[in-house]
Amino acid sequence: MNIMQQLVNGLALGSIYALIALGYTMVYGIIGMINFAYGEIYMFGAYAGLTLALSNYVNVYVALFGAMIITMVLGVVIERIAYKPLRRSSRLSALISAIGVSIFLSSLMVRMKGPNTRGFPKLFENRIFAIGDFQITFYQIVIIGVAALLMLGLHLFVTYSKTGRAMRACAQDQDAAKLMGVNIDRVVSITFAIGSGLAGAAGVLSGIYFNAVQPYMGLLAGLKAFAAAVLGGIGSIPGAMIGGLVIGLTEIMGITFNLSEYKDAFAFAILILVLMFKPSGILGRKANKKV
Amino acid sequence: MAMKKLLNNWFAQALLFLLALGLTAYVSQVINDVLPPYVLIIGLFIGINLIMALGLNLITGVTGQLSLGHAAFMSIGAYSSAIATVNYHLPFLLGVLIGGLVAGLFGLIIGFPTLRLTGDYLAIATLGFAEIVRVQFTNMKITNGAIGFLGIQGSTTFPIVMTIVVLTIFAMVWLENSRNGRAMLAIREDEVASSAVGINTTLYKIQAFAIGAFCAGVGGALFAHTTTFIQPTDFGFLKSVDILSIVVLGGLGSIPGTIIGAIVLTAAPEALRSLSNYRMMVYGLLLIVIMIFRPYGLLGGVNLRQVVRRALMWPKKKQSGGRA
Repeated sequence: MNIMQQLVNGLALGSIYALIALGYTMVYGIIGMINFAYGEIYMFGAYAGLTLALSNYVNVYVALFGAMIITMVLGVVIERIAYKPLRRSSRLSALISAIGVSIFLSSLMVRMKGPNTRGFPKLFENRIFAIGDFQITFYQIVIIGVAALLMLGLHLFVTYSKTGRAMRACAQDQDAAKLMGVNIDRVVSITFAIGSGLAGAAGVLSGIYFNAVQPYMGLLAGLKAFAAAVLGGIGSIPGAMIGGLVIGLTEIMGITFNLSEYKDAFAFAILILVLMFKPSGILGRKANKKV
Repeated sequence: MAMKKLLNNWFAQALLFLLALGLTAYVSQVINDVLPPYVLIIGLFIGINLIMALGLNLITGVTGQLSLGHAAFMSIGAYSSAIATVNYHLPFLLGVLIGGLVAGLFGLIIGFPTLRLTGDYLAIATLGFAEIVRVQFTNMKITNGAIGFLGIQGSTTFPIVMTIVVLTIFAMVWLENSRNGRAMLAIREDEVASSAVGINTTLYKIQAFAIGAFCAGVGGALFAHTTTFIQPTDFGFLKSVDILSIVVLGGLGSIPGTIIGAIVLTAAPEALRSLSNYRMMVYGLLLIVIMIFRPYGLLGGVNLRQVVRRALMWPKKKQSGGRA
């Protein structure tokens, strides 16, 4: 068990957290709301991928893509029904509404698929590549590769497309963006769609990686991803990626040092430590308070 | 006016307090003998949730600091009181007090570093703290780890809970009308401005945090001595959410609102029991629907005192300029 080995394991886990964290950070950046339901959207993505994969007609990439489409639609529907009426009211009521959505989704899934943990079908051969002591599985390559591709795509989209520019404008100043003719509702819907799609992709990837899908898997993963988003500086897209990787790596390091009973606490301990010394997160901007 | 003057007199207040306390103890004793055990248990949980929610209301509703880790203080109170009564054979009420004090102490310890943070950063830090506490309890010997703490005496009774509820309500009303309470409200309205007029914001935030944690600890202790068995999963994130939804649903900062929120949200899952498997789905929908139609909570923005006064005065004369 050398350090490089753990680095790869942490990278694979971290990319899953980072994908969910991107949703948190993007929505927060634009409408300043914590969408606690992303954990459940991630769970929904995992189930959608599982159902598609079990139908025998599709290969892994189609399952991944299909799950992303399904969670995108789900995300937009949730935003329209549960969050849009609350956009002008206090952030706490939106938070409670989001919690209501997540309770609803996980109990809906218990009704639909039962509370038991399900395995994921073997979608492709999991080969192990070994270079000396160092091993990497094909699964890990796929997970890191897909996550990296999605993040690159997101980066290009936000930086160069017209919609991406509208998103950045909304994040800076919503009222000014509106005056410049940006359709805020459309931008928010697109943001939710993208964030949900990424969370859905993370769900399928984690289903493949851990070979386990169950209705309550979203809670802890969602919390850790939220921690990752805050750690990186909430509202910052590169911050979410870095935060996710840091959380994934610490968790794996905790397991390496024989503290696996404490692995769920590591993410949060690191988070609190970082916040104590840099309260706005790693890449977060310090907001100036005005009276 | 005479009534108002009377209520401002501390002696009258103390008398009213003792009267209410004695009346509650007596009435709840009578109720205890009449009602069936199932209803009593629900009443018991309403009371316990209310005590904890009043504590959180002070932190989130009055002082405006979002805390997502209230279940951690509850678990600290539950475990420390259980250790006190089971391992050290202390009397039950002393155990409850110990539970509250230990939780309050942790509130102080956690408050110092985290209350430098504001808004959502504070929320996530409290959430992280709660997760760490839960994992810690899962791995400790004295709490019997994930298996759970067994053999706690079921000493909590309906009259005891109701008496503590009334005690808490009085304490909260007094606190909110005191100098400290006004400072806390000022912090909620504008932190920068209140520090500019000389309010030591950190001090009052820590005070609110410690008192809120104390209430949660007392609630946890009562909870442990009701269920007689506790395990770390009882105090997860969802428990914090339960308490927070009571506060937000009732109306932030409103004590009558918190009372109504505790009754509605504790009784709702029981009332929905006939829906069996769809119960939690309906509960989730209920949260969404109430928030959409009453974004400031059931009693948010309603000044109960004014409503009552207006209802009483309506036939006599019109209110003169009292529409604040």
